[in-house]
Amino acid sequence: MAASVSVRKFDAVIVGAGGAGLRAAIQLSEAGLRTAVISKVFPTRSHTVAAQGGVAASLGNSEEDHWHWHMYDTVKGSDWLGDQDAIEFMCRKANEVVIELEHYGMPFDRLDNGRIYQRPFGGHMSNFGEKPVARSCAAADRTGHAMLHALYQRNLKVNTHFFTEWMALDLIRDADGDVLGVTALEMETGDIVAFHTRATIFATGGAGRIYHSSTNAFINTGDGLGMAARAGIPLEDMEFWQFHPTGVAGAGVLITEGVRGEGGILRNAQGERFMERYAPNAKDLASRDVVSRAMVTEINEGRGCGPNKDYVMLDITHLQPEVIMKRLPGIREISIRFAGVDPIHAPIPVVPTCHFQMGGIPINYRGQVVAPKSGLSEVVVPGFYAAGECSCSSVHGANRLGTNSLLELLVFGKSAGETAINDMRMGRREHKPLPKESIDKTLARLDRLENQKDGTDVHETRLALQRVMQKHAGVFRFKDLLEQGVHEIMAVAEQVSHTQIKDKSRVFNTARIEALELDNLIEVAKATMVGAEARKESRGSHVRDDAPDTPEHPDGRDDENWLKHTLWYSEGNRIDYKPVHMDPLTVASIPPKKRAY
Amino acid sequence: MSTRTVQFRIYRYDPDKDAKPWMQDISLELEETERKLLDAIVKLKAKDDSISFRRSCREGVCGSDAMNINGKNGLACLTDVDDLKQPIVLRPLPGLPVIRDLIVDMTQFFAQYHSIKPYLVNHDPLPERERLQSPQDRDELDGLYECILCACCSTACPSFWWNPDKFVGPAGLLAAYRFIADTRDQATSERLDNLEDPYRLFRCHTIMNCVDVCPKGLNPTKAIGKIKDMMMRRAV
Repeated sequence: MAASVSVRKFDAVIVGAGGAGLRAAIQLSEAGLRTAVISKVFPTRSHTVAAQGGVAASLGNSEEDHWHWHMYDTVKGSDWLGDQDAIEFMCRKANEVVIELEHYGMPFDRLDNGRIYQRPFGGHMSNFGEKPVARSCAAADRTGHAMLHALYQRNLKVNTHFFTEWMALDLIRDADGDVLGVTALEMETGDIVAFHTRATIFATGGAGRIYHSSTNAFINTGDGLGMAARAGIPLEDMEFWQFHPTGVAGAGVLITEGVRGEGGILRNAQGERFMERYAPNAKDLASRDVVSRAMVTEINEGRGCGPNKDYVMLDITHLQPEVIMKRLPGIREISIRFAGVDPIHAPIPVVPTCHFQMGGIPINYRGQVVAPKSGLSEVVVPGFYAAGECSCSSVHGANRLGTNSLLELLVFGKSAGETAINDMRMGRREHKPLPKESIDKTLARLDRLENQKDGTDVHETRLALQRVMQKHAGVFRFKDLLEQGVHEIMAVAEQVSHTQIKDKSRVFNTARIEALELDNLIEVAKATMVGAEARKESRGSHVRDDAPDTPEHPDGRDDENWLKHTLWYSEGNRIDYKPVHMDPLTVASIPPKKRAY
Repeated sequence: MSTRTVQFRIYRYDPDKDAKPWMQDISLELEETERKLLDAIVKLKAKDDSISFRRSCREGVCGSDAMNINGKNGLACLTDVDDLKQPIVLRPLPGLPVIRDLIVDMTQFFAQYHSIKPYLVNHDPLPERERLQSPQDRDELDGLYECILCACCSTACPSFWWNPDKFVGPAGLLAAYRFIADTRDQATSERLDNLEDPYRLFRCHTIMNCVDVCPKGLNPTKAIGKIKDMMMRRAV
C-alpha cells in the first residue's frame, strides 16, 4: 500500500452521493464553492435508487392536507422520541424541496389536472390522525430511482466535482475536536489521499447490512457512522431499527408500502385480513413497526403461510391489472423475479425485513453535528455536518413513517449544505492546519490489515455479526437475548480487529474494501446492541418482553424514565443520554399519549 | 432441487499480477435458496477473495453488476443460475477497457451519457408550484426514464464498439430522447443540433442488440428512431 499520502484541498467534501449527498452538493456547487463528492459507487448506484413508494409533502394535490398534520403524524409515528423542532422544520420544508425536485426535472406521476400524483402511505393521516391521506408524491414505484437520477443530473448541470469509486476511511479531527476532512482510498489505484477541507458533510447512508436479512444494498455498511464513532463522536438512538413489513420472503428484496397505499391487503394462512384486529382504523396502513409486529405475532401463533408457516401474504389480486401495471410495475417485476409469482394473479409472500436505521450521527435541524461538551448536551462540532440516513436529527425518533426518508434527505441535505455555506461565508471556517496523527491512524489500520497473520476471515466474521444481530436484536427483543447479545457482539468485535485478506493487490481490491467496511459495520452493531440492552422500555421499533403493555405503561412505554435519546460512544463502549426536544419551532408541543392506529 | 454443483469459467485479470487475461475454471456447490447468479459470484468470492466485480442493490435497480454472461450482457442479480448452460462463462462487458476481472472502465460510457446534457432545460421563470404536465404527456417518459445506466446496451452495440468516442450509444440516446420527449424541456432544437453529426446519432444501424439485452425491458432503438424522425422532419 501507498506509504505516502497526498493532500487535496477543497472548500468542502461530501462523503456519499445518494440523495442527501447530491442535494447538499447542488447547494454548494451553486454557491460556487470548491466541492468534492466522494462515493464508493457511481452516484446513481447509491441506495436511494431503491426507494419505491414516494416522498412525503402536504401539497394537498388530491385532498386537503397541511404540514401541521404531517408533523403530528411524524411525532406520533416516532412514538414521541422525535425532536419536535426538527420535525416541524422538515414538514414545513417538504413542499419547497419537492417542488424544487420537480423543477430539476423529476418525472413525477401526474393527476388529471397536471399536478404531482400523491398516494396514501402508512401512518400519514389527515386532521391529526383521523383518516389516511394521499401525501406521498410518487413516480410509479420507482420514486427513489427517479429522484436520484434527477439529483445527479442537476449536479451535472452545476458542475459538481465527483470522486467516483473512492472510499472515505477516517475522519480527520484536530486537538480542538474540529473536523478538517477525511482520508480516502481511490479504489482503482489503491492510493490514499487526505481531503483537507473547511466543511465535511457526511451523507453515507445507513448500515442495514448489520442484519442477516435486509432490504439494504451491499454497500450499506454504515461507513460514516464507523468513521464518526472511531473519531470520538457519539451515535444517537442506534437501538431503533425499522423492520419493513414487506420484504420478499427468502430474498429480502423490498416491496413498497405503496402497494398497500394502492389497496393491497395483508392476509394470514386463513386468508384473514388480520390488520383489522391490530389497527382497526388504519388497518394495513398503520405505522410500519405496528404492522411488522402484527405479522410476526401471526407467524408466531401459527397462522403463517407456506410449508414452514413462516411468512404472510400481500394480496393485490383484487386490484385492476391496469392499476398494477401503471402504479406498481417495478413491484410486479420484483415479484416475478424474486418470489416467482405474478401479483396480478397470486399474492406475494412477505416477511418483516431490516430496512432503515432511525438513529445515527447526532445533528441539529441545520445539519450541524452536535455532541456533548463541557456539561452541555449539544455543542456543534466545528466543520462537521451530516444528512440523510447516516444522521439523527431526530425526525424519526423510535420509528420512521414511510416516505419521510426521501423527504429527510432532501430537507437536511439542503440545510446541511446551506449551513456549511453560511459557516464558510461568515468566515468561521478556514483551512486549519492538518494534524499528521489523523492520517497515521488510517495508515495504521491499513498496515494492520496488510500484515495480519493467522487472522479471521472477513466473510465469515461479517456473517457472524449479521447472525448475532438478527437473533439478538430483531423485531421483538428479549431481556436475556439482549444481555447475551452484548457479549456475543463484543466477541465478534474482537474478531473484526484481526481480519485478514489474501488478496493484496493494489488495483480495485474489493477484498480490502469489504474488510474496511466491516470495521464500520461493527461500530454500528455494538451501538445497536448496547443501546438496545440498556433501554429498559418498549418504544416504537424497540419492543422488549420485559416491558409489556400495562395500564401504567401503555405499550410498555415509560416516558418518565425513557423519554430521552441514547448516545453511544465507541471508546469504552459507553452510554450517555440527552433530552428529547419537545418544543417545536413555532407551534405548540404535541404531548405524549398512547399510540393507536 | 436441493444442493447442486455448478461449473463456472471466469475471466481473470489483475494488472498487478497478470501479464495477460486468463480464464479460470471453478466449480461451486449452491444451496437451493441460492438462485441468482450474483448469489453464486458472492459465494465464489467468499472462497477466493481476489475475484473482483461490482455489485450493490442486488435487485436490478442500481446497475452495478452488468457483465457478459454466456456471451450475452445482463445483470447477475436478475439472472437465474439454473437458466444458464454450464460452464457458465463470465466475462467483463465487451468493448470497454478492463480494470480488473469483471470490472470495466466505464469512463467512455458515462462521457457519452454526459455529452447529451442529461438534465432538464427550461428558461421560464420558476413557478411557485410544480410545472404542470398532463398524465398523457407524462406517459411519454415511460420506457425512457427507467434506465439504470448499467451499460449492457451500449457494450452490446457493434457501432459503439467501433466508435465509443464518437457514437453516443443506445443508453445516451435513450436519455437524449427522455429530455426531448419531456414537455417541460425547452432545448429540443439544441438537443437535435447536438446529435446532428455522421456519428453521434446516425451510427445506429438498428441492429437492436440493445433491446435484446436491456435488463429493464427498455427499447433504445425505438427512441433513436424517434430522434431520427424528428431530425428528418426538421430537415424538410
